[in-house]
Amino acid sequence: MWKRFRSNMGAMIGVVLLIAVIVIALIAPLLFPDGPWQMVQRPFLAPFAVDGLPLGTDTLGRNVAAQLAYGAQVSLLVGLVSTLVALLIGVPLGALAGFYGGYADEGAMRFTEFFQTIPNFALAIVLVAIFEPTLFSITLAIAIVSWPPVARLVRAEVMSVRTREFVDAARLAGLSKPRILIQQVLPNTVSPIIVMASLMVATAILLESSLSFLGLGDPNAMSWGYMIGAARTVIRTSWWLSFFPGIAIVITVLALNLIGEGLNDAFNPHLSRKGKA
Amino acid sequence: MSETLTVERLTIGLPEGADRPFAVENVSLTINKGEILCVVGESGSGKSMTANALMGLLPQGVEVKSGRALFESRDVLRLSEADKQALRGAQIAMIFQEPMTALNPLMRIGDQISEVFAAHGLYTQSERRKRALDLVREVGLPDPEKIIRAYPFQLSGGQRQRAMIAMALALEPKLLIADEPTTALDVTTQAQILNLILDLRERRGMAVMFITHDFGVVAEIADQVIVMREGKVVERGDAAAVLDNPQHEYTKRLLDAIPTGKLPEARELSDTPALEIKNLCKTFRTGGGLFKPVREVRAVDDVSLTVARGEVLGLVGESGSGKSTLGRTAVRLVTPDSGHVMVGGVDLAALSEEELRRQRNKVQMVFQDPYASLNPRQRIMGALTDGPINRGVPKEQAQAKARELLEIVGLGADAAMRYPHEFSGGQRQRIGIARALAMEPELIIADEAVSALDVSIQAQVLDLLRELRERLSLSILFITHDLRVAAQLCDRIAVMQKGRLVEIGRVEDIFLNPQQEYTRQLLAAVPGADWAQPEEAMA
Repeated sequence: MWKRFRSNMGAMIGVVLLIAVIVIALIAPLLFPDGPWQMVQRPFLAPFAVDGLPLGTDTLGRNVAAQLAYGAQVSLLVGLVSTLVALLIGVPLGALAGFYGGYADEGAMRFTEFFQTIPNFALAIVLVAIFEPTLFSITLAIAIVSWPPVARLVRAEVMSVRTREFVDAARLAGLSKPRILIQQVLPNTVSPIIVMASLMVATAILLESSLSFLGLGDPNAMSWGYMIGAARTVIRTSWWLSFFPGIAIVITVLALNLIGEGLNDAFNPHLSRKGKA
Repeated sequence: MSETLTVERLTIGLPEGADRPFAVENVSLTINKGEILCVVGESGSGKSMTANALMGLLPQGVEVKSGRALFESRDVLRLSEADKQALRGAQIAMIFQEPMTALNPLMRIGDQISEVFAAHGLYTQSERRKRALDLVREVGLPDPEKIIRAYPFQLSGGQRQRAMIAMALALEPKLLIADEPTTALDVTTQAQILNLILDLRERRGMAVMFITHDFGVVAEIADQVIVMREGKVVERGDAAAVLDNPQHEYTKRLLDAIPTGKLPEARELSDTPALEIKNLCKTFRTGGGLFKPVREVRAVDDVSLTVARGEVLGLVGESGSGKSTLGRTAVRLVTPDSGHVMVGGVDLAALSEEELRRQRNKVQMVFQDPYASLNPRQRIMGALTDGPINRGVPKEQAQAKARELLEIVGLGADAAMRYPHEFSGGQRQRIGIARALAMEPELIIADEAVSALDVSIQAQVLDLLRELRERLSLSILFITHDLRVAAQLCDRIAVMQKGRLVEIGRVEDIFLNPQQEYTRQLLAAVPGADWAQPEEAMA
């Protein structure tokens, strides 16, 4: 499995890019001990115009490079945590629905559909607007809008694994139903969940950026979306203010997508789109 | 006789990392006009690859390395894709093992047949239709007018295979390649399809390349035989010569491994029953909506039978006869509508879910598909000890027992720490048997336990079951569609048809003196029945 993943060029590029972003996020306080909000020079300095400010300064004279590094922290944190929370909601719900069927299935799926009928982004905006826009509420809002696909995926996987003969064998061994579900069925649904989770992190980062762009971000946390939103009015005179955070988003999301696809190909070699066997 | 196809020294390379460098190595063969050549071998012997190469249907990464295949003095292996397309269907046609997946589920049968003409740009719409109808009639499908308007799912397995054959015959090909076309079918249906192929060969003078793993089928239809093993031809010759006087060690082994219908010695049976089934009924209801009536299938219809302690009872029937449902009801994976399943004085059919879990160990099951019946993410040890530990056996003791059982089924104790994917189908089936034994059951139900295995592996597993029967005086309800297999292992045989028990009796009574018409039909349909006859007489 790992061997197949490693032999996938795209996926390895994704891993390298992601590691780079993570490292930058981790060492941001060391690189820029003053934090992202500190005004360091006069505003609207172009990249490389002044030594020590390779990406220039923003409308208030703050270091764009420092903003990017701290923004990486927020993006990754929101992406990871909201995905985890979404899995925590979606996996149990989908598993119960798929395994027990009948009314449990009906109930859980109608509940899921209720969420699916509302556009993701609109719901996220409403949720953040109702709560105070803090990192916590943003993460929670993103988690709440992104669990339904997880629940549906897990339900479908569980339903197909449930009919396999080893599940019958486990019943004959006298194992209780919850134990069969947790011990026998769920481990066999892990690979598609992992693939989906890696792609969900990317979507969550995009959602967070969009929210911040609209001014619904945490006012105390620097984020890429906020940077682009703030630079919107000066995009024609100071292109670098929206360009660099945009690039950062593209690179991170691309990296995660590459990894997700690589994982998918590694888990399902037969479905791999490339013909090289 | 004129040669239809000549394959010379065909070698097909496998991609790197496969278990051997060549799928097929230096294979030469000749098929004459009007001749049936059977290519026999176990799974992985390269017999299907040979056929796929001729049709230009090799999977990606697999390619022809060397050799020629001359068909009408053209090398079909070197044709351009366009030429191959013109050849396929028109000159060489192919039928596959699984007719359900080979037919387009969303197209009517008649349209699928007409499409063959359309693909080669022949005839007008109405003429295609008429010809499709003729073909449907020729392959003996009932009610042709209705059949050409039917969808594949409305047909039975045998009917679908006939439809496939009709498509293959549409352009009067000179060569028909049949890749295990009867393997997925019931014996009686298989016999009909084999007759159809023989009949068509007679009428049209086609050459047929027939790929199979079953020597019974070979005995039934082959003129020439080629035996393949690991990509190489190990034996070739006239069908009669190869069957009666095999030269190569491997062919002999394969022939020995075939369940010949040789009858085992009758054994004395004890009077105490291990399993008593009384008036068991199970009806499945499907569909049923506002405008649709509920569809009812009486899977098990008032069946009563007993399995004595230490007895192996064979339960034989075609697919849909309810034999599997009966087995699943006996372990209560399916709850019956009415009737009793008495095991050791307890009526399993009447227990509540909770009581049942405590009584589960009494009856255990060995499943059909060795690949689906073991959890791929659980070590063998876990599979063997989950049940006993759940019953309260101390962990140490359960693990010791598991190792002992693995020894008994011939795998060795170190198999315990490995994962299922490290084992072959036959080995997995042994693990399945060990898992059933670990629960110390009073009865084992083997549901088509050897059907998915190659003949030589099948023989080994049957030997194991026979040995266990002696050693542990096991009681087994052995469910199978294959009468030959049942004859090898069982003391008595019960025949089921459409949910009802047709006949039950000692093996020799059933085989030599069947009372019911249906049993006689089943026996007559067994492929190679005539050929196996002399041996039976000897026994």
